[in-house]
Order: sequence, then structure tokens, then C-alpha cells
Amino acid sequence: MLKLGLPSKGRLQEDAIRWFERGNITIRRTGSGREYAGRVEGIDGVELVLLSAGEIPRELNAGRIHMGVTGQDLVHEKLPHWRRDLVELAEMGFGHADLIVAVPSSWVDVETMDDLDQVAAAFRATHGHRLRVATKYHALVRTFFRREGVADYRIVDSQGATEGTIKNATAEAIADITSSGETLRANHLKILRDGLILASQATLFLSQTAQWGAAERAALVQLCAQLGLTAPAPRD
Amino acid sequence: MRAAGYLPEALMGHDLTRLSALTDDLLAGFQAAGAVRVEPPALLDAETLLDLYGEDIRTRAYTTHDPAEGERMLRPDFTVPVVEMHTAMGQEPARYCYAGPVWRRQEPGSDRPTEYRQVGYELFDRGDEAAADAEVFALIAAALHGRGLTVATGDMGVLRAAVSALDISERRRAALMRHIWRPARFRKLVERFAAPMAMTEARARLLDAAREGEGAVAALIKQAAPVQGVRARAEIIARAMALKEASEEPPLTAADRALLDQVTGLAGTVASAAGAVRAMARAHAGMDAAADRLTRRAAALAARGLDPATLPFAAQFGRTTLEYYDGFVFGFVDEARPDLPPIASGGRYDALTAALSGGAGIPAVGGIIRPEVLLAREGS
Repeated sequence: MLKLGLPSKGRLQEDAIRWFERGNITIRRTGSGREYAGRVEGIDGVELVLLSAGEIPRELNAGRIHMGVTGQDLVHEKLPHWRRDLVELAEMGFGHADLIVAVPSSWVDVETMDDLDQVAAAFRATHGHRLRVATKYHALVRTFFRREGVADYRIVDSQGATEGTIKNATAEAIADITSSGETLRANHLKILRDGLILASQATLFLSQTAQWGAAERAALVQLCAQLGLTAPAPRD
Repeated sequence: MRAAGYLPEALMGHDLTRLSALTDDLLAGFQAAGAVRVEPPALLDAETLLDLYGEDIRTRAYTTHDPAEGERMLRPDFTVPVVEMHTAMGQEPARYCYAGPVWRRQEPGSDRPTEYRQVGYELFDRGDEAAADAEVFALIAAALHGRGLTVATGDMGVLRAAVSALDISERRRAALMRHIWRPARFRKLVERFAAPMAMTEARARLLDAAREGEGAVAALIKQAAPVQGVRARAEIIARAMALKEASEEPPLTAADRALLDQVTGLAGTVASAAGAVRAMARAHAGMDAAADRLTRRAAALAARGLDPATLPFAAQFGRTTLEYYDGFVFGFVDEARPDLPPIASGGRYDALTAALSGGAGIPAVGGIIRPEVLLAREGS
């Protein structure tokens, strides 16, 4: 059976179910609404696995599911080898979220990453510690800051309410996901002009590390045909 | 099990015997030169490394999490713990040698080992700098003599001297010095100093306000948003005034631009480089000291039987990979094996000892050999 991982609840799940519908693939939740079970109709050989969206990258990487729907941000952050182990089968056109760098709107002297680097140098000289960037996307932020040549900063972990860290004096800048920017504005933060780290959306991923037998390959070809996708050949 | 090092078979048997013998030989050579054998700790205070190298160290060193001890890092090299040992209890001058594993996180997709051994020699000496550089280089060169390796040398001090010699504001000089190890960023700064970039409307408004005075900048801040966080209103105003001053600075002169190009393109031999930098010093007086250093080092190398007229030199060597070196740098590679890292590398790191001690520090130069790499290329 080809195991297809979907988020276990929420908007992302609803949008994903609607997306598969266009290939006449119907995903039905079974049992009560709270029970994490369901089945796939309109195609043979595909089994539904409901998972927390954050766990889907790990399950794809481990090869415990053959395909899965999750955000590119989570995959790029959690799986440094994702280019080797996963294939992006289709960007699904929903779940848009930009990972961006933001600073207080009162920083009228800061528009770009270059400004942020200069401020970081002065900040360290003034305060005796490096400018703190609150985020949960440690790997993506570190790579981006290195590419932009920003020094003298440090990452502080923030798993939620990241926009509040500056007001609470636990960080000077943030790197977080935003869709409309409303939360940023409400917290008097602005996005740096060149501060877009990643434009992410929900994506159907294929695992190269899963066991691809004849049955799973056949199901993949059928699924791609119904959805109008080019079927890749999973590695042996 | 993943390959444990550059010589995966060295965990037991014949290769382990070869590795132990080579390590003992190298240590014996270093001890004969006067070094004291030391055994630095493997777990280091993470804050110390973060302060020195910045956030990027997390992509290179393994971090351990201990609720009681705080964050520690597995040593990515021996330099920091040896400097700390010396600062805490060393006599001057001092020579140390050591052997043991270091741990390095590697880039995704890299098949380089994450644990490998180094054998090294470090010299802390306030005396003759050129003699110290030559001593360390000659020791490593002698240990690798006859093995068909290619040598490279350089001197981060030449570019530093050039930056010091430029006819620019101290603010611009500090910015260039800060990014001297990041060639792409450095080049961008030079370009910006040579020709001002187009300005956004918001930046133009800020500079207008700054020209009016601090009060106008404060008004602009008030109009933008309430000030929040640790960075104070005064810091924002101060930077706005600094940006205004920077906008009034004249562009980098053609002569200064040419000096930077000459230095970054400088390549030849140790002897020819000394002559070339001497020639630069005729137009830029600040380069004299760098020329003197190269000349003295050439003489010190010659005194140890190494010919400056054949020893390669490139000012750019070591600029990206050996980021804490600030003077003489060197490396030994096997050109037939681009898959292997340098067999040996080293250099002068006066700034690092100063940063670690929080004061003047002590001039220091050192080098390491990767014994597994040396054996791996030679086969069994």
C-alpha cells in the first residue's frame, strides 16, 4: 500500500482534501470527527495516515510514509538532506507562508539586512552582547544570515508568540512565518526589504527512502495520472 | 556504523598501529623542539566559542545540552582550549604540543568525517615574531618532508595593513576590518564606498531629518511607531546621524581601490611578495610595516633552510577558511587528492588570544597535522 500522510486536522487538511478532489480522489474521515482515521476512495492501493503537520517531514525522511502533504518551511528547516531524500511532487497553491526577518517599526534607520548587520555591530559594542534574533527556524535563519554576511547576532529559540519577544526584551529582531503581515503590524514590526528567507506553501512530497514495491509504484503512477502530475521514478 | 575518520580502518589492527606510531613520531618531533605535551579538555564553554566565532559556529561544532552546566561544545579544534590553558597557568614563552580528536559538523551532503584527529604545535612568544612564524612552519614542513605535498602560504596582515592605509573614515575602516574574513561582504562594502548606491525614499527622508537635527529624527521615529525593546531611541538617533555623516563622505579614491586590488591579487613567492608590498609602500606609507614583516619573515625562513624564492605566497590564501588567523598562514595539500582536506595548516592568531583574554593577549602562532589524512593518502 502507498501510504499518504496528511495533516490530522485544521485548514491545511481541509485544503489538501479539496486539492485531491480535483483528481477524483476522495479522502473521507471515518469514525467520529476526533478519531484520526480515514480512507481514500477513487483510487486503489493508497492508504491514509493522519499525522501532526510538524511530524510529516520526519515520517517522510524515515520512509514510513511514501507521500505526504506539509509546508516547505518545515521540510527545509528540519531536513538538511531534503533535496537528496525527498521530491517535491507538486506545490499545492495553499498554505502560503513567508519566512521573513522583521524589526521594530521604530527602527527608522533599518531597511535592509545590510542595515541590520551594521546595527548588530553597534549593538554589541553598546550592550556587550550580540543582537538577538528570535525564531523557531534556526537552520534556515543561520544559512540566510551567513549568505547575507550578517555577523554579531545570536539566535534565541522562540516556539510561539515570537512577535512579542521584542516588546518583552528577550530579542531585538525576529524571523517568523507571516501570511498577511497583520500580526506584525499589530506588534509594531516591519519586514526588511530584502528579508524574505523563504516563500513557502503546502507541497505534496514524495519520500525516496520509503519502500517502493511494484504495488506502490503502480499506485503512484495512477495517482499522478489522475492529478495531472508527471510521475517521477522513485530511486531503488 | 559511519566511517569514524579519514582512515576508517584505524579503529583497530594494522592501521591503528600505523596511526599511533605516526602520532608518537610527530609528538616526539615537537617535544624535541621544546614543546610541553598537554591534554586540553574536549568539552568547551559554548559562550566562549559563540563570542569568538558568532552564531555560525553552531553549524561547525556539536553543541551539548546540560541543564546544570549549560551549553557546551565539543572542541572543533585545539586552539581555544590551549590558549585558555596557557592564559590560566602558562609561563612565557611557551611551546605546547598535543594529539587527539576534534569534532566537526559537516555541510549537508558532505561525506567528510565528523570526528578526526589532529596533532599540533603552538608557540606563545612576545619576542621575534618572524622567528616564531618560521619556527612553527619549519617544524611542520620538516615533519611532512619528502611526502610530495604542495605548500601554500599567505599573510592576512597584508590586507589588514592595506585597510589601515586607506584614506577613509575610521567608521569605514572598522566596517572593512570587521568583514575582512568574508570576501563577498568585503567586496560589497568596497563597491559601496567607491560609488554610493541609489537611495530609497525612506532613506532620503531619514537623511533629510538627520540634516535638520536630532529632534527631527526623533519626530520621524515617533511618527513611525512606539519605541520598544532593548535598542533605545538614542541608539536609533545616533545611527541616523552616523548615516548622514557617511552620506557626506567622499567616495573611495581610485588609488585606494587600486591598492585593495593589488593586495587581493598579490601572488608569487615569499620573496617576490616582500618586494611587491615594498613597492606598494612607496605610494601608501602605511604599508611599510607589512613590507618589513614580510622581509623579516623571508629572512627567518631562509635561516631555517627554507628558500623564500621558491616558497609560494598568495595574499588571499586562508582568507575564507582560516578565519581566526590574522598574520602568517600556511597549508599543505595533496593536489592529487582534492577529496581530502589539507594535510596540515596553521598560522598566527594574535587577535584570538587578545579576544579570549579580554586584554592584550599574547602573540601566538601554531599549526596542526591531520595524521589520518596523511596515512589515508599513502595507503597501507
